[in-house]
Amino acid sequence: MEITIIRPEQAWWDINLKEIWQYRELLYFFVWRDIKVRYKQTVIGAAWAILQPFMTMVVFSLFFGKLAKMPSQGLPYPIFYYSALLPWMYFANALQNATNTIIEHQRVITKVYFPRVILPLAAVLSGLVDFAIAFTILIGMMLFYNIIPTVAIVWLPFLLLLAVLTALGVGLWLSALNAIYRDVRYAVPFFIQFWMFASPVAYPSSLVPEKWHWLYGLNPMAGVIEGFRWALTGQGQVSVPLLLVSAFAVMLVLMGGLFYFRRMEGTIADLV
Amino acid sequence: MSDIAIRVENLSKRYRIGQRERYFALRDVLARALTAPFRLFSRNERQTAASNPSGYIWALKDVSFEVKEGEIVGIIGRNGAGKTTLLKILARITKPTKGYAEVRGRVGSLLEVGVGFHPELTGRENIYLSGAILGMTKQEIDRKFDEIVTFAGVERFLDTPLKHYSTGMQMRLAFAVAAHLEPEILLVDEVLAVGDLEFQKKCLGKMEEVSRSGRTVLFVSHQMNQIRRLCERVIWLDGGQIVREGPTHEVVSAYEAAMTSGEWLRQERPDAPHVKARFLKWEIVAPRGDQPNVLKGLGPVTVQFTLQVYESISMGHHGIALFNSEGQLMWAWGVNNLQLNPGVYVFVYRFPLLPIRPGFYSWGVSLYDDAGQIDVWHCVPDMLVATEDLQHPSYHWNGILNLPFKFYPKQVK
Repeated sequence: MEITIIRPEQAWWDINLKEIWQYRELLYFFVWRDIKVRYKQTVIGAAWAILQPFMTMVVFSLFFGKLAKMPSQGLPYPIFYYSALLPWMYFANALQNATNTIIEHQRVITKVYFPRVILPLAAVLSGLVDFAIAFTILIGMMLFYNIIPTVAIVWLPFLLLLAVLTALGVGLWLSALNAIYRDVRYAVPFFIQFWMFASPVAYPSSLVPEKWHWLYGLNPMAGVIEGFRWALTGQGQVSVPLLLVSAFAVMLVLMGGLFYFRRMEGTIADLV
Repeated sequence: MSDIAIRVENLSKRYRIGQRERYFALRDVLARALTAPFRLFSRNERQTAASNPSGYIWALKDVSFEVKEGEIVGIIGRNGAGKTTLLKILARITKPTKGYAEVRGRVGSLLEVGVGFHPELTGRENIYLSGAILGMTKQEIDRKFDEIVTFAGVERFLDTPLKHYSTGMQMRLAFAVAAHLEPEILLVDEVLAVGDLEFQKKCLGKMEEVSRSGRTVLFVSHQMNQIRRLCERVIWLDGGQIVREGPTHEVVSAYEAAMTSGEWLRQERPDAPHVKARFLKWEIVAPRGDQPNVLKGLGPVTVQFTLQVYESISMGHHGIALFNSEGQLMWAWGVNNLQLNPGVYVFVYRFPLLPIRPGFYSWGVSLYDDAGQIDVWHCVPDMLVATEDLQHPSYHWNGILNLPFKFYPKQVK
């Protein structure tokens, strides 16, 4: 017999992972719904998943590459930029969707109970499909430029996981805050834009002075993006300490996000 | 102890003013389309709270009760009495401010039908999505899929996006999914007041089936007939507190008596929100019997609704509707641009003939202005039409009208 105790106080440290596991089917349905609905009533459909990073890559290659002559670790500009834009665009979209997800589901939230954390989680996971679609183009480009990945490619899943956890960690904070202060949804696009310039998307991290690298590492996306280039092409290097700092930072943000979200969970239905 | 399904102790919920909820429900859309400006189905327990300047409102205060396993308990009370808040706390949608509750068994909540429906997805996809959101596993949905489809009667449209469905079809599909939920404890807010008559009957039937199957049900309704028909025990809430609790017959009679006597009637609660106007009572003024809610003649009939106006209303919109005991809309009407000054009004409706079949009916009246809702009242008590039954002797041939007529066979050739 399932017994539910309802009390006013919520133990903020009591993150009920077991319950989230029990609701895994609902998580699956939310992800499935997001993917199904995303490109409904668009003319080119899932091609948007390719077009966005691809066009951005073309623009970056032209302006930062051909005009500004940005150093590219000896990589052709299209590869240099596309391999960074893949994780970045995944991250930016996932974060944006995760932030808005509580507000978008207010009708469901005020009518049915389920662990609310499923919503940002679903938003972050459904972005992976777009990532996979866009990734196929990268394979084509690498064939075209004749770039053979090294064994370092085995690190790719780990780096992707880091990007997912970063998006989730920050998304948890922002989605809960967004439920209270609607300002958040307007601030987030700026925030993401600034974050991009704080990450080695448009430039290699070697441009950042050595002595600031530890600080740079606090931005987990710096490690992820630099890592992506390295894992795919073998060019450039990834500093293990930097990645460790990144992983640590992600864990902090994620745990904090989970606790904060948990604390807000009981009142979210009254706020939205 | 083991046969207690729900135990509630001193449960209280305080809302800060401004924490109001605002959303558009499928049924609101339906009701609006049907009877604008009359919006009977909108739940506004908290919306009115927004206009209270005092800061806090106790939507529920020190409520304690127990529900045994397999019991069907009705919850009645006026708008803003705390009924929905109670269900929401038990459904874990919102946290109580104080108190404690223990719920033994898997809980399903039906606070609204069609939760999680997505217009772009097909009927088939929506069944799965909505089912999962309501708490069914994929296996369960697989197993009941055909039953749901048949119940809703949407076989031919399974692969059509929901946005191309008529509102009626959407409601039917939504209820069909909800009705096949099989939790041990079911929390139902007034969801039966939707759809066409035939479907209404099906829903009520389904609810009766649910209640016979030994499940525990908490059922909120404004329609005393549904309560009488489904519940064994009733809890009457007012101002967030339990007024009375006991066997259905007793509590409902007391509630209706109180509502008619005017003593309880929509009186100001100390923490009640400040409003521009409110409906106070309704009565049948002609033909006048001993009870103001019992109609003993076919017509002419005069019904009046008393309205207290606190603040001038320049562009008032008033709506009225009459529902039968199955929740089917019998008639509705609306008027715009009313000019009302502070004071007491009676809205008088004079019907030369009200030829409806004997039974229970409920009135609903609303008042809006351009700033939004002022008052929506599901009139209490129900109206009992106790006229002579002029129907076919066989029940199957009983219609909704009760037409007076003369019949004589005449040979013409």
